[in-house]
Amino acid sequence: MATAQAALFQESTEELISGSEAIGIACALADVDVITAYPIRPYDTVMQYVARLKADGAFDFDFIIAESEHSQFEIVKHASAVGARTFTGSSGVGWFYAFEAITVTAGLRMPVVAMVGNRALDDPGAFGVEHNDAMAVRDLGWHLYWVATAQEALDMALIAWKVAEDPRVLLPFALSCDGSFLTHSQAIVQVPSKDLVDRFLPSYQRGTLQLHPDNPITVAPQVNEDWLMEIRKQTDEAMRRTSGVIQEAHDEFREIFGRGDPSPFIEEYMCDDAEIILVGMGTLAMPTRVAVRRMREAGKKVGFLRVKFFRPFPAEEIRAVLGKAKGVAVIDRDYSYGSPSFAGVLFHELRSTLYTLDDRPMMLNFIAGLGGREVMVRDIDQIVETTQTAIETGKIEQETTWVAVRE
Amino acid sequence: MATLAVEVVYRGIFQRTLARNIVRNIVFAARKDGKIGTAFGRYSDSPERNGIPAKQFAIVCDTALELEESLAVYEAKNVDVTINVDDAMCKGIESWAWYGLQPINELTKAGGTLIVTSRQSADSLLEDIHQKETPYDLAIIPSTVSFSGLWVYKDDHTDMRILGTLCKVCPDLVSLKAMLETIQDQTGSDTKVASAQKAFDRSVTRPVEPGEGNSETPFSFDMPGWKTMEEGLVIRALPAGTGYGGGDEGYVPGRSKVFKKWSTRSMRPVINFETCIKCTLCWLQCPDTCFDVTPDGLYDANMESCCGCGVCEAVCPVPDCVTMVGESEFNDNDSQWEAWQKDKDGYNKWMTVLVENQKSETRTHGFHHVGGYADEINEMEEA
Repeated sequence: MATAQAALFQESTEELISGSEAIGIACALADVDVITAYPIRPYDTVMQYVARLKADGAFDFDFIIAESEHSQFEIVKHASAVGARTFTGSSGVGWFYAFEAITVTAGLRMPVVAMVGNRALDDPGAFGVEHNDAMAVRDLGWHLYWVATAQEALDMALIAWKVAEDPRVLLPFALSCDGSFLTHSQAIVQVPSKDLVDRFLPSYQRGTLQLHPDNPITVAPQVNEDWLMEIRKQTDEAMRRTSGVIQEAHDEFREIFGRGDPSPFIEEYMCDDAEIILVGMGTLAMPTRVAVRRMREAGKKVGFLRVKFFRPFPAEEIRAVLGKAKGVAVIDRDYSYGSPSFAGVLFHELRSTLYTLDDRPMMLNFIAGLGGREVMVRDIDQIVETTQTAIETGKIEQETTWVAVRE
Repeated sequence: MATLAVEVVYRGIFQRTLARNIVRNIVFAARKDGKIGTAFGRYSDSPERNGIPAKQFAIVCDTALELEESLAVYEAKNVDVTINVDDAMCKGIESWAWYGLQPINELTKAGGTLIVTSRQSADSLLEDIHQKETPYDLAIIPSTVSFSGLWVYKDDHTDMRILGTLCKVCPDLVSLKAMLETIQDQTGSDTKVASAQKAFDRSVTRPVEPGEGNSETPFSFDMPGWKTMEEGLVIRALPAGTGYGGGDEGYVPGRSKVFKKWSTRSMRPVINFETCIKCTLCWLQCPDTCFDVTPDGLYDANMESCCGCGVCEAVCPVPDCVTMVGESEFNDNDSQWEAWQKDKDGYNKWMTVLVENQKSETRTHGFHHVGGYADEINEMEEA
C-alpha cells in the first residue's frame, strides 16, 4: 500500500509480509547496490517485491533482469568484485543452472547474499519445498542457513551481509527459505528503521581486493596443482573463522534490535531433560514444536533441535545438546540416493557429528514432507513412537523411514 | 484462547487481488483488536491459472503460541467462515493441486457461515451447494461476480462489502470498529468505509439445515502409491477415441477418467445446432479437445473437458452459434446435442432464452464503459 510505504524505513514499523517480502525489505534496509533476477517460483516473490519497492521509489538500486540464472549469478559476482553490495536468488533447478557461477563466487571470496526459495528439483516439475536444491552448495564455501519465520528471514538477511562482507570472512551467504510455507505466508514482522540498521551494518569495504582502476589487480587466474591446495586452505580457514564472526554479529544484533534466539546456530526447544530429541530445519519447526508441546503435556520427555546454520555446521553446539539424549530422530526434507544409510543429508551430517562422543544416542532417520507435502503433528507423534520403541528394545528395526508415503 | 479461520475461495488470477485484500484486512483489523494473525495463499500464485479455483486464508488468534499451531498446517482443516467470490463455485471446486471435487462448504465448521456474492436466491444456490451433516448459515451479498480480466483488479467494493458482512456474521473474528479503521488506514477512502458499514447493516443470514442442498456425491478417485505407479514418470496415453456414444459414426476422443474440468469453468458454451455450418473451427481450436463430433457432423461441447475459455465462441464465424453463458445457469453436465435431438423445439427455446439473458448479463471481464465504475457501485449498493 502506498500509504504504508511512505513511512517504511523512516521509523520502525510492523508489516504484514511473507518471508520473501521480508528479505526484499532487508535489501532496502541494507541499501543493496545491485540485485539480479530471473524468474522461478517460489524465489520470484522476492524479485516481484523489490521491483515494486523500486517502482514506488522506496528503494533505489540497479535491478538487472538477466537472461538466465547463470548470468544472474555471474553479474552479482562481478558487481561484488568492484565493491557493490549484492543480492540475488533462485529456486530448484534454476539454482542448479547457475552452478558454475555459484561455485566461482565462493572461490573468489565474493560476499554475495542469495535467497534460495527451496523447491523440489525437477523432474517431475513440482512447486513444493525440498531441501536438496540449497544443499548442493554445502561443499563449496557458501554459508548456508535455514530460515523458519518471516521475521527471521529479515533479521538473518541483515546478519548475512554483515558476516559475508566481514574482511575476516568474505564468503557468500545462502538464505534457505521453504517454498510456500515461508515464501507465500504473510505474518506480522517488526521492520526496523533504516537508522537502526545503519548502526548495525557497516558499508561493504573490499579494501585491497577491490577491482578498481586505482587498485590494479587481476582476479581469477588459471592455476595448476602447485597452487590449488593453498587456495582451498585459505577458503577453509575463512569458513573456520566465520563461526566467531557470526556469533559477534548475532550478539550485536540482539543488542541493537532487542530480539533473537540465544544461539545463532541452533534453536533448542525443550531439550534440557529430553530423552528423545527431534532434529529438523526450516519451517518443520512449526508442527514439531506443536507436537513436542503436546507430548510434554502428556509427560513425555521430548525436545526439538532446529539446525539453523548448515554451513558452517555447528558441530560443538549440536554435540552438547544431542549427546544427552537417548534417542535422536532426524527429520529430513531431503534425500541422498545411495548414501551410506540410504538416508537424508542432515542425518548423515549429524551421525558424523556425534561419532566422536563416547556415549552415542540411538539415531533414526525420517524422510518427510518432500515436494511440500504437509508434515502433520500426528506424523511427529509416530516418529517419536518409533524412536521410543528403538530405545526400549535397544534395537533399530529400520534406520530410515519414509513418512506418509503411499505404498 | 481462540483461533478463528477464514478461507476465501476465488478464481485464480482474475480475483487474486480481491482475495488478498480480504485476508490482509482481516489480519490488520485483528491487530487493532489486540490479536495476532497470518494471511496466506494455497495453490495460488504462479501455478494459479486463469479461473482455476484457488484459496487464501486468514487465521486470527489471541496468542502467538496458538498461531503457531495454525502455521504448522498446510491449510486450515475447518474454518469459521468460507467466502466464495464466484457463485459458480457453489458447485464445488478442484484446485490445480487437488483432483477431485471439494464441496464449497467442505471446510465450513458446524455453526459457521458461507458467504457468497451472487444474484441468485438462497434456494437456487442450494441446488448447487452440497449437503453437509452439520448446520451452517448462508449469507448472500447481492452482487455480480467481480472479474476484470487478467491481473486487472476490479475495484468495485466487493472486498469492502465482504469485510462488512464478515464482521456481522463472525463478530468474534474482528470488531466492526477495527475493520472500519483498518479500511480507512489502508485505502484512505470514506466511500469504502461506507460500503463496509452498509454491508454490515444489511447483512442477513439464512440457516442451512443438515442434509439441505445438493445430494450428489462429489467426484473423487484414489491416487496410486509408489509400488503401483508406473516408473520413469511415464503417463500412459489415453486410448484412441470411439464413435459418438460408442457407435460407428461421429468421433469422441479418449478422455481422462480422473481429470475433470467442471469447476474450472465460470462460463460454458451453448451451441445453436440449427445455424452451425460444420466449419470445424471450434473443434480444431479448442485447447482441451472438448468437442465431440456427432453422427450428423455437428460439434457437441463435452462438459467433462470444457474449461470455459471461450475460444470456441471467439473463432465461430456464425453470429450466436456458440455463446458463452454463465455457469450458474446450469445444473448438470449433460449433452446439449442429445437434448436437441430429443426435443428440437424445446432445446431451441431454452437456448434462445439463455443467449438473450446472457446479452444483458452483467458478468463481464471489465466495466461496461468508461465511467462505469460509479454506476456499477451504486447499482450494487442498491441491490
